[in-house]
Amino acid sequence: MSRREKVGWLIGGLAIVVYALFPVAWIVSLSLKAPSDIANRQFLPTVGTWENYRLILTGEASELFLPALRNSFGICLIATAISCVLSMFAAYAIARLDFPGKRLILSTALAVAIFPVISIVTPLFNLWRQIGLYDTWPGLIIPYLSLTLPLAIWTLSAFFREIPWEMEQAAQVDGATSWQAFRKVIVPLAAPGVFTTAIIAFFIAWNDFIYGISLTSTEASRPVPAALGLFSGASQFEAPNGPIAAAAVIVTIPVVVLVLLFQRRIVAGLTNGAVKG
Amino acid sequence: MLAGPAFAVMLLVTAYPILQAVYDSLFDFRLTDPGNRSFNGLQNYSVILTDRIWWTSLAVTLFITAITVAVELVLGFGLALVMMKALRAIRPVVRAAILIPYAVITVVSAFAWQYAFALDSGFVNSWLGWLPGISADTDWFGGTWKALFVVCVAEIWKTTPFISLLLLAGLAQVPEVLQEAAKVDGATWWQRLNRVTIPNMKAAIMVALLFRTLDAFRIFDSIFVMTGGANSTETVSFLAYRQTISRLEIGLGSAVSVLLFVCVVLICALFIKGFRVDLASARGE
Repeated sequence: MSRREKVGWLIGGLAIVVYALFPVAWIVSLSLKAPSDIANRQFLPTVGTWENYRLILTGEASELFLPALRNSFGICLIATAISCVLSMFAAYAIARLDFPGKRLILSTALAVAIFPVISIVTPLFNLWRQIGLYDTWPGLIIPYLSLTLPLAIWTLSAFFREIPWEMEQAAQVDGATSWQAFRKVIVPLAAPGVFTTAIIAFFIAWNDFIYGISLTSTEASRPVPAALGLFSGASQFEAPNGPIAAAAVIVTIPVVVLVLLFQRRIVAGLTNGAVKG
Repeated sequence: MLAGPAFAVMLLVTAYPILQAVYDSLFDFRLTDPGNRSFNGLQNYSVILTDRIWWTSLAVTLFITAITVAVELVLGFGLALVMMKALRAIRPVVRAAILIPYAVITVVSAFAWQYAFALDSGFVNSWLGWLPGISADTDWFGGTWKALFVVCVAEIWKTTPFISLLLLAGLAQVPEVLQEAAKVDGATWWQRLNRVTIPNMKAAIMVALLFRTLDAFRIFDSIFVMTGGANSTETVSFLAYRQTISRLEIGLGSAVSVLLFVCVVLICALFIKGFRVDLASARGE
């Protein structure tokens, strides 16, 4: 590449960074604005203030926000863990065993992934109210599995396909018990894939909105996106922009941290599952 | 056996509800008056299909889908080309940046863009005010087209990076030998793109297109947050939600859900039959 080309691609790369971070910077800036500052239509606050964060973390809005944050973390982590365990078994079967239902499982996962969520919500809404799962953690964890499982199965199958499973037999020939062989040989090889799958599944659960607003009614189980969304729409004109922006920033922190720490793996997981699957 | 539990969960959480929705859609059934549940055959469907609201929501949904998917593919391809050529030194930075819109939740993205375009607090008007034809007091959420424009901007911002990652993976599968051969034959950059690169990654493009189309067709979160369906910006998903969860008219709402499901199946069939999207080949089988 010539020098000029290099500079061109460098500028292109920087343009991507600006493109990606611009709205995020705006919401951060908004969260630092004082109420008097919000209406001045400037991108940056004139004076930064932590007031919005105080309001939702320790102030009067904290009764709404903190339980929602706890629900989000709890429900998403449990749903992620369950879908990882289930998809581990499924992906292991798909990668290693030859059985007639293989394609059926992958196609089912595909069909579930493209299913319009809203078509699932109403019957669940009725059923949950009848059997007492409405507005509970399990009442959200179960539908979250339908969001996370398809992707987890695809991603993990792609990872498991690349594992040299013969190494397990090789270790047994060398005198390891089957449990030792599994633990010392297979687990280290499979762990990165499972970990990446867990991150992607967590993103999907964290992003849910429809189930959150439809299947919950109080802070007993309402996750953050739903709590935020219900501030909007109807009450658009009195919507407390500053506190909402602060809450939006706090919800964004976990996913940004995951992206910064594990970007290479996330990219591999996303593209493997989709292209090689 | 091993795959059983995962399979069972997926089937139960999706197959049961859709069957239940089909069943409910054949009844006059309101949760405001649950005792009066009576079978009325296809009447819910005829009510919906003769209502302008349904056709408006379908048109809005198709409009958003067409605009966002087209822009995302072109823009995503551009981003993928830049990422492929990006220098080693800045590659991790670019890769982390590109994942941020993917990871930011849709509701947050919707709020960010809504506030950016807001009449009383957004910076967009004060930035664009000097452009001819845009007044500094544009009420972006005051009309159907303007509001849909902002919704599309938010959707495009959030999903283009993911598309570009898929296309980047597709680009990586184009044999280098072919590129070199085309260069030797004196093909221009544009000819190489058209004759070598794109045909060789058709599978990746088609898969990205199919998934994104289905995804865009289900758009709900951004509409809920940004417009609340006002000014005829309702999408099909939003209409289904409004009929069922907010109005508790389960019969009518279930009929909308079923129609939405039928639309999704039709889109799939169109792609698989019409464009010959071969999912198996894309999976490298």
